[in-house]
This record gives sequence, structure tokens and C-alpha cells, in this order.
Amino acid sequence: MVFFLSFVIFLIGLYCVITKKNLLKIVMGIVIMEYAVNFFLVLLGYRKAGVAPIVVEGARKANFVDPLPQAMVLTAIVISIATLAFIVAMCIRIYEKYHTFDVTEIRRLKG
Amino acid sequence: MNIIPLFIAIPLGVAFVLALMGKAKEIACDLVANGATFCLTVLSLVLLALIKDNQVLVYIMGKWLPPKGINLVLDGLSILMLIVVNTIAFFATLYSVSYMKRFTAKHRFYSLFMLMLAGMNGVVLTGDFFNLFVFLEIASIASYALVAFGVEAEELEASFKYMVMGSVASILILFSVGLLYGLTGSLNMADIGSIIQGKKNLLLSFSLVLFLAGFGLKAAIIPFHAWLPDAHPSAPAPISAMLSGVLIKALGVYTITRVFFNVFGMTLQLSWTLMILGVISMIGGGLLAIRQSDFKRLLAYSSISQIGYIMIGLGCGNYWGLLGALFHLFNHASFKALLFLNSGAVEYSTGTRKLKEMGGLSKVMPVTGTTSTIGSLSISGIPPFNGFWSKLFIIIGLVQAGHFVLTVLTILVSVLTLAYYLRVQRYAFFGTLKEKWAQIKEVPTPMCISMIVLAIICIGTGILFYPLMKAVFEPAVTVLQEGTKYSALILGG
Repeated sequence: MVFFLSFVIFLIGLYCVITKKNLLKIVMGIVIMEYAVNFFLVLLGYRKAGVAPIVVEGARKANFVDPLPQAMVLTAIVISIATLAFIVAMCIRIYEKYHTFDVTEIRRLKG
Repeated sequence: MNIIPLFIAIPLGVAFVLALMGKAKEIACDLVANGATFCLTVLSLVLLALIKDNQVLVYIMGKWLPPKGINLVLDGLSILMLIVVNTIAFFATLYSVSYMKRFTAKHRFYSLFMLMLAGMNGVVLTGDFFNLFVFLEIASIASYALVAFGVEAEELEASFKYMVMGSVASILILFSVGLLYGLTGSLNMADIGSIIQGKKNLLLSFSLVLFLAGFGLKAAIIPFHAWLPDAHPSAPAPISAMLSGVLIKALGVYTITRVFFNVFGMTLQLSWTLMILGVISMIGGGLLAIRQSDFKRLLAYSSISQIGYIMIGLGCGNYWGLLGALFHLFNHASFKALLFLNSGAVEYSTGTRKLKEMGGLSKVMPVTGTTSTIGSLSISGIPPFNGFWSKLFIIIGLVQAGHFVLTVLTILVSVLTLAYYLRVQRYAFFGTLKEKWAQIKEVPTPMCISMIVLAIICIGTGILFYPLMKAVFEPAVTVLQEGTKYSALILGG
């Protein structure tokens, strides 16, 4: 059920990217999609009443959560930060050139 | 010593060094960048001698054994891609020595270029899904920045469009990787391949669709192509050559073949999907190209059309189809890089990309004129040149598989290709020289050298196609034909 929720968030992000006209809203849509996927990855490793996967004396049969998705999410977050920083910088540059954030007015390329 | 990790380590290291070389002389940056790409080209050719009898070399990173850790895999297909990527990268850097003088901060340009190269080499070599995603992102982010390198209004707009579509593609791929991990509990391609063998599952099909959309966006097959005609013309010419010649193939076509053939295994539906997407791209790209008046934009649409050819060959799935597709991939890299470098040379001398403003440029720029004629004839498939053989192989494959309608369409689009390239030649290079271009000169020597060598490659592979086919393409075709035996090969050995 929770997996379904992450998919819904993903679709909200996609909707935002496709329909919004403001550059920054499109960026927000991308970020929402990224968070939905990160959320999904974290959920994959979740175990009910799980504990941190640290092997100590007597904890052999403990219900460990899966650490691999957490490592993946960390990497994905770092990558998405890089993309976000770059994309926002690009938005600022575009605003300097076109004096608008409206994608319908940023259309010099055609054909 | 194992040389596989060098393909990722050298460009990454050089990128870092170059980023610090802001105060150094320009010539030093040129030397470092060209030296690095030259080394990589030589190394990729050395690999050919290293591998015999369709062996697979596996490099295990940090001593973590394959199903758990990350491994780099070198087989016939990877070698083919490494040769293509690194050779074109070398000619692009050589060309940049003179071409990039117009821009400031050349060291940053080279630094981003090397990052992109590291990402592409990584994508081609990796045997792990999450690692694939990471390298894919490295290459993509560097390419977004390179498209916007001129920071003019149009370039920024193109880069933004590219970035939005590219980010969506990356997220789709990450989603799919997560889904596969949830289903199989593994990230290793070979391991996943052996686990999902013969299983049918709705979620598996869903992850397949996500992969198709994600990699399709990177490869710019037609329903996903909207970013390409803006991004490729806006980039500086050597980058256009890299993007069109190599990036869409390494990030798009290669990943599609690897994931579909070696991990999921081809099915009838999948091969039809690839063929239909291929036909749409081939025809659509061709029709859109014919009415362009901007030189580079025409080349960009033509790339979409040629990617369609490759997809059809892959979808066809028999020996000749696959051979044709991979040969066309190699050829397209050589002549499309050449044509983009030509367009850059024209822009360098005249300052325009509008075809109608040019005319008779062959007289003042003989090298550019001759090489672009060779490139145009190759891409249209005129017999002695390399484009002819690859298109012929794809057509033989289609006839063998009994797809006669597709055969006819493929031949027709080939004629269409000839039509729009003749148009380029007539407007830009033949005819009477216009008054205002009488004073212009041929471009500087490094640019000439890289164009001439690429033209020689176009002719050479056309004439010597048979030994090349045996040495380079057959091992790659074998990898694809063996399909899902891939996992047994890697986990076993």
C-alpha cells in the first residue's frame, strides 16, 4: 500500500513537469519525482520492527533492515543535489537572458 | 596489471587535474587532454589483442565478489563501444584545440569533456545496475553543462530542455533499478539475469517498460526525441560530434541492447517494439531533416533517422541484422562526427549555420568541402563507403527475417537521406561562391587533421570491411546472440 503511495507521488511529480509553465515549478516537479523514487528505495529495505544491521554478540537472528537501499538512496540524493544545483543555476541564467520564467515565452528554437 | 579500470580512472583523474589548471597556459591544457584521449584510444585498440575466442574479462572492484559487489565486464560488445567512444573522443579533443579558442575557460571545457568520457566508458564497462545509473548521470550532467557552454540564450534554452527530459529519463531508470532490486534482491546484471530467467511477472514487465522509456529518452528514439534537435545544434561543434556520434549510442543504444538482450532476454514482442520504434524514428527523422535550413539542425534530425536504422537491425535479431546494426553504430559515429566537425568548420570560418547563406564554399575551404562530400556519401549509403555495407547488412537481415515492408521502407529512407545530404552539398559547398565569402580561409591544421582522418576512416572501413567485421564486430554479435547466457559466463568465470 505504501509502495502505491510512492508511485502516486511519482505521478504527481510527472504531472507537474508536463503541465506547468513556470521553469521553477518544472524543477520542483523533477525534485518531487526524485523524492518519490528515493522514498520507494528506502521502503524496499524496510522490515517491520527491524533493527540496524550491526552484527553484535547474540544478535545473530535479529530482524535486520536491508542496508543496501539506504546506501543507494544516499548516492541518489547526492546526484540529485548536483543536478538540482545545476538546473537552478541554469534557471537564473535563463531569467537573465529572457527576463521571464514562462516556458511558453522561451521559444527561440524552432523547427 | 589489469587495464580495464584505467578506462574510468584516466578520464576521471585527468578531469580533476584539468579543473585545477586554470592558471596554466592554454597549450598545457591542450596537451594534457589530447594526451589522455590518445592513450585511451590506444588502450582500447590494445584490448582487441587481449581478448580471444569470445572470452569475457571480469574485473572485481574492491575484492567484493560479483553477486554482492560491483564488477566491470569486458566482452566483445564493450570493446566495440570502447573503441568507438575513445576514438571519436580523441578526434573531438584534437579539433577543440583550435575550435575552442573562441570560448573562454578552455580548461573547464576539457574537464567537463573528460567527465563525460569517464561516464560513457563506465556505462559501457559496468556490470551492475546501480553503477550503470551513477555513470549514466555523470555523463548526462557533464553533457548538460557542455550543451550550455556558450551561455547564449538559445544554448541555455536547449540545455534546459535537454536537462528536464534527461532528468526524467534518469529518474525512470532509477525507479526501474529499484523495482528490480525489490523483485530479485540483487543489483548485479548477470545475477538478475539468472534469477528472472523464464519468469513472468507484471512488475518485471513494468520495469522493462520503464527501462525502455528511460533509455529511449537517452537514445532519442522518436516519441522521446524532442530534446535532440535543440541540444545537438546548440553545443559547440566538437561536443555535437560527441553527443550525436557517441553519447546517444553509449547511453541509449548500448544500454538498451545490454539490458534487453543479456539481462531480460529478447522476446517476439520486444523485438517488434524495437523495430516499430526504429521505423518511426527512421522515417520521422528523415522527413523532418529534409525541410531544415540550419546545417547542424539537419544533421541532428538525421541522427534520429540513423538511430532508427540501428534499432531496426537490433529488433530484427538475426545474425545479419545484428551485424548491420552494430556496424552502422560504428559507421554512424564516424561519419556523423565528421559531418558535425564540418559544420563546425563552416561556422568557424563564415559565422553562419544557415544553408541558404552559404554557397560554393568548396572553393575556399577545400578540405572541409571534400571531407563533407565523403561524409555525405557515406551516410547516404553509396557503394564504396562504409554506410553502404551496414545498410546492406541490415537489409539482408530484414529480408532473411521476412519483413518485406520494412525492407522497402529502409531502402526508401536511404534515398531520402541521399536527397537531404545532396541538398546540403548543393547549398553549402557546390555552386557559385558568394561575394562575401571570397576572403575566408581554410580552418587551422588540427581541425583539418581530425576531419581528414575521420574521412579516411569512412573510406577505409568501407573498403576493409571484411577483416574489421571478423575482428571487431563478430565477437560483439556473438555476445548479443548468446543472449541470456551472459549471466552464466560472468558468474561462472
